[in-house]
Amino acid sequence: MASYILRRLAGSLPVMGMLALLVFSLLYLAPGDPALIIGGDLATPKDIAAIRENLGLNEPFLSRFGLWVSGVVQGDLGRSIFTGLPVSDLILQRLEPTLALLVMTTIVALVLAIPAGVIAAYRPGGWIDRLLMVLSVLGFSLPSFVLAYLLLLGFSVKNEWLPVYGYVSIREGVIPFLRHICLPSLALGLIYASLIARITRASMLEVLGQDYIRTARAKGVSTLRLLWSHALRNASVPIVTVVGTGLGLLISGAVVTETVFAIPGIGRLTVDAVLRRDYPIIQGVTLMFSAAYVLINLLIDISYTVIDPRIRY
Amino acid sequence: MKIFPGFFNGRLTALALLLATASSAHSAGTTLKFVPEGDLRSLDPIWTTSGVTRNYAYMVYDQLFALDDQFRPQPQMVDQWTVSPDKLHYVFTLRDGLKWHDGKPVRSADCVASIERWMKRDILGQSLAEAISEMKAVDDKTFRIDLTSPFPLMLDAFAKLAAGALFIMPEHVAKTDPNTQVMESIGSGPFRFVKSEWVPGSKAVFEKNPDYVPRNEPVNWGAGGKVAKVDRVEWIYIPDMQTATNALRSGSVDWVAKVPQDLVPQLEQAKDVNIRVIDPFGSWVLMRFNHEQPPFNDEKLRQAVLWGINQSDYMTAIAGEDPKYWQACYSYYTCKTPLSTTAGAEALMGPRDLDKARALIKESSYKGEKIVIMSATDMTLSNASALVTADLFRKLGLNVDLQSMDWGTMQQRRASHAAPSDGGWNVFFTYFSAADMLNPALNIPLSSNGAKSWVGWPVNPKLEAMKNQWLVAEPAAQQALAADIQVEAFKSVPYVPLGQFMIPTAYRSNLHGVIEAPEVFMWAVEKR
Repeated sequence: MASYILRRLAGSLPVMGMLALLVFSLLYLAPGDPALIIGGDLATPKDIAAIRENLGLNEPFLSRFGLWVSGVVQGDLGRSIFTGLPVSDLILQRLEPTLALLVMTTIVALVLAIPAGVIAAYRPGGWIDRLLMVLSVLGFSLPSFVLAYLLLLGFSVKNEWLPVYGYVSIREGVIPFLRHICLPSLALGLIYASLIARITRASMLEVLGQDYIRTARAKGVSTLRLLWSHALRNASVPIVTVVGTGLGLLISGAVVTETVFAIPGIGRLTVDAVLRRDYPIIQGVTLMFSAAYVLINLLIDISYTVIDPRIRY
Repeated sequence: MKIFPGFFNGRLTALALLLATASSAHSAGTTLKFVPEGDLRSLDPIWTTSGVTRNYAYMVYDQLFALDDQFRPQPQMVDQWTVSPDKLHYVFTLRDGLKWHDGKPVRSADCVASIERWMKRDILGQSLAEAISEMKAVDDKTFRIDLTSPFPLMLDAFAKLAAGALFIMPEHVAKTDPNTQVMESIGSGPFRFVKSEWVPGSKAVFEKNPDYVPRNEPVNWGAGGKVAKVDRVEWIYIPDMQTATNALRSGSVDWVAKVPQDLVPQLEQAKDVNIRVIDPFGSWVLMRFNHEQPPFNDEKLRQAVLWGINQSDYMTAIAGEDPKYWQACYSYYTCKTPLSTTAGAEALMGPRDLDKARALIKESSYKGEKIVIMSATDMTLSNASALVTADLFRKLGLNVDLQSMDWGTMQQRRASHAAPSDGGWNVFFTYFSAADMLNPALNIPLSSNGAKSWVGWPVNPKLEAMKNQWLVAEPAAQQALAADIQVEAFKSVPYVPLGQFMIPTAYRSNLHGVIEAPEVFMWAVEKR
């Protein structure tokens, strides 16, 4: 197993290198000039040229790419063109809210989706199954920002039970943290839950039709034990796969959710950077997301061996 | 209306109430929570023309002179000043009690270094620099400026209000290359920036400067006594305006700087919220032609467009139906300001005459070539104006090529001198603070000296000569000269003014002292 993990990690390095080159090239070729944005409407061509020179934007592609890569290797992602702050600091500053949102969203989604999928599969075609599947289609079709606004209207504007915006770190107290994070997690989690619920149902349906389930029923195993220990565990591989790959969806969904709830997370950092062509931030964040995605895929693969002992690498 | 009443009245109500009562222990006290119009990205108001950075600078820094509501420069850091009879020698003395936020005294050398850095970036400052023969600190409280020729607008330049405002920084900071941004935040203004709490993209925090000694005069725009009446100001950047207005309605924030007109009805129904237009002039929208490329290198075609433009179409598309949020303005100078006039504006202000426009198009050199209109779809103003213009141009028989892009791309493309078919452009739309269009010297897009002008590069030596004449004219002669410049401008049409729109501000009714001015000033604001 250890050698497998090492091989996978080593294999991900060229992937990330290619990704870095691709992102850097795309940004290099993309229209838009940060010097023009910084200079504003009143800047003269001379001012713009001076700003470009100061930012190193006049350097040739390879020189800029080389400088950036050598910095990354040493843990230096560069500095934001606009704020002048180190990109790694900006990412670290924003990492906690986004991680908290993703973790809480995953918890919300799993708590809602797994029981819903299992119940739906237990009595396929019944009213509960139909209702849950209709709700999951609705959940998946409803844009997260619409859901976010509805939740805000109900819980924050009309009833003033929960805060309208912002993020409070868990270090400042569990209750303030939950008060701020619960609506964004719900808004994002319901969509994610819909996806997982459908996969859980499909996977469980397949497993519940297997001979060993019939045997377990004949032996008098309780329904709860049958579903939880016998069926769900064996149905888990596709569910775990969707949970993992769905994290990619969550990252893009987090951009919208963070905007609506004014959460200072990585998603907003990325969008703001793209809109104003803050290249070092875009490059740093993309590299970080790529690494995260590679890691998540690795964790999913490892989790298969825990769920299903027959799987060996 | 209750949302899902049955649902909440059940078990979730208990949980929600538990969470609601366990509210964060953060005390409001005299903390003012303000939602700025954008994110504070840079701390250097000389390096960038961003309005948010300028608002930050007004809190943290002080000015030598500041404009009052009659557009008169009033002394702010300066105590006294003298001008020689030949108007070539100025001596300025700083007032007592000026201190930097690190406790050191403000010296005249700081002022000299700040003026020098500012003159390298600001266009009016650059004109002033050409007239200066020497500028030096005489002692710690006095500095002098010697000129080669009179520059009557010197104090007006020092008191610039909007883009290119002069803020005084410590000498070691002001010595930074003007094209490199200052990262320090040491001012001498009424608030101190708490950099340790700055989260770009989210929050900026200011504390009252206990060492600040305000002037004795009553506050008037940037002039007069700048008395901070709250202990702490938190700028909370909320990019989604619906969330920002929700936060205001619930009392989570005290003040939202700019509320889009479509959200105003929601706030009008809210309790304890005031909605006002505090910027008396608002924003100035314009249609810019590319004067280097056919067909708008032809004056006749530009004049033809004037006869078809209906400013209310543009203003309605940008700012909605309610005329209290916009005004037509048939002048090259901000309406309701001293130089505003309708001289020469007949083509823009009379009844719209599309036949006359078509006749002028026939007289022009236009041969049916495609006209590239650039529309920045992420900026309502640009997109709405582009759509209205495309419709007008089609009615006039022009061959329209409406191209959509984002604002960042448009900023790059409009700097291109290439032919429209080769990545260039013909027409785009933007806005300036109307406080930047008060006179011919400030009105940047009016500048018509070809490649040295702002993008679009109009050429009109006569207009330029008249502008230079205005720059050194005595105040008594400025009014008539400005009207003549406008008449010439309506002939050569460097751009088309499309009107002024005002974006309302909204704040909780327990806030008092919000200043009506073209910029957001946070002194004098009190939270009761």
